[in-house]
Amino acid sequence: MTLSNAFTAIIRRDLVLAYRRRAEVANPLLFFVLVITLFPLGLGAQTKLLQAMAPGIIWIAALLAAMLSLDSLFRSDFDDGSLEQFILSPHPLSVLILAKIVAHWLVTGLPLLLISPLLAIFLGMPEQSVPVLLWTLLLGTPVLSLIGSIGVALTVGLRRGGMILALLVLPLYIPVLIFAGNAVEMAGSGLPVGAQLNILAAILFAALVLAPLPAAAALKMSMNG
Amino acid sequence: MFLIPDSVGRFFHRMASPPHFYAFTGRLLPWLTAIFIILTAVGLYGGLFLAPADYQQGDSYRIIYIHVPSAWMSLFIYVVMAVAGAIGLVWRIKLAEIVMISSASVGAGFTFIALLTGSLWGKPMWGTWWVWDARLTSELILLFLYLGVIALYGAIDDKRTASRAVAILAIVGVVNIPIIHYSVEWWNTLHQGPTVSKIDKPSIHVSMLIPLLTMAVAFKFYYLVAMLQRARTELIQRERNSQWVKGLIE
Repeated sequence: MTLSNAFTAIIRRDLVLAYRRRAEVANPLLFFVLVITLFPLGLGAQTKLLQAMAPGIIWIAALLAAMLSLDSLFRSDFDDGSLEQFILSPHPLSVLILAKIVAHWLVTGLPLLLISPLLAIFLGMPEQSVPVLLWTLLLGTPVLSLIGSIGVALTVGLRRGGMILALLVLPLYIPVLIFAGNAVEMAGSGLPVGAQLNILAAILFAALVLAPLPAAAALKMSMNG
Repeated sequence: MFLIPDSVGRFFHRMASPPHFYAFTGRLLPWLTAIFIILTAVGLYGGLFLAPADYQQGDSYRIIYIHVPSAWMSLFIYVVMAVAGAIGLVWRIKLAEIVMISSASVGAGFTFIALLTGSLWGKPMWGTWWVWDARLTSELILLFLYLGVIALYGAIDDKRTASRAVAILAIVGVVNIPIIHYSVEWWNTLHQGPTVSKIDKPSIHVSMLIPLLTMAVAFKFYYLVAMLQRARTELIQRERNSQWVKGLIE
């Protein structure tokens, strides 16, 4: 089996598994919508305030939803021993992990992207910033999955890894939050956002190349320990 | 071992042996402590008595003799941690792992002191305890990174595995720190409200600079003392079943 065959086989397998467990896939999405619904309830339904805070609210909710869905990235493979097979296979583990991350993003990240226009309407976001919101989510959420894979690889062997995962991963998410939130905000005022989107794209490509390596090292460590 | 003199190579080789490290640092520690105390006394005397008051900030600027060296140390120790972690990962040297994990809490302490003193200085200068200033914010994130390292080490029972996990995390962190720092700085320049008027930094006078540098060196020695104390404790705890540790007790 060539490397590219292995890569696509893992993606296909993970998508099939996700399709069989549709309810689990819907959970992060529901969480995302629910958190955003809480903000108007907590802050009062003042259109101006919500409008001003909308980019930040949507992005923080996306951050939390991405973080909570991370656990499913390696959990079932860790439990049933598939991860050991990945490590034993002749292919580089980092590439196989990248396949898992891609599948995970298609299942957990992409739905956030698709539902976000609805939430933008909920929060009264100006029309011209919705495409920019979609662009930032398209460039930003894969970074969340990539960086998160390192944190989850470090903690997958732990019984109570959840809170530690948040502590490890959230500080590393800050640059994405800053640039994405700012791009959407600027777009609302009709300002150019090319710089922010370029930086997000740069972060994405850097993470795409670099993140699978420490994630693979951490997984090997978790399996031996 | 090209480029590195033979004697240096031998020194590090011997330092990687736990009993030798324990004995050597035991002899070294009193000296390091003495140097730390002398430098701190000199630095504080120079900073608090000899240096003139600032023409704008009066005496309250004197907190920089603690604040600035702590902030320098907080970054320096994170880099030391990542380098020691990388050495531990590549060559599986137990002592590099111990140096790494012993540095973490000292570094977190310095980060906390830098934040606390920054906040204390901010009260008379900015009129508020906390400002989302770029440097303060990145320092706060650095504290979270340290706490993540400490939490991860505590969560994994097998300490060799824990050290490797922490080493990976520290290396990822050290790659990310510049990215986080510059993105926070960029964020801040956009959000900077008119209430925060940053005082232009005048080029510092020699009479203020010398105590500051003295304190910076003193803090380096404090770090060495605190880190080595922790490393020695960690070492005998990990090696408690070996002959040489049993020999220490008898």
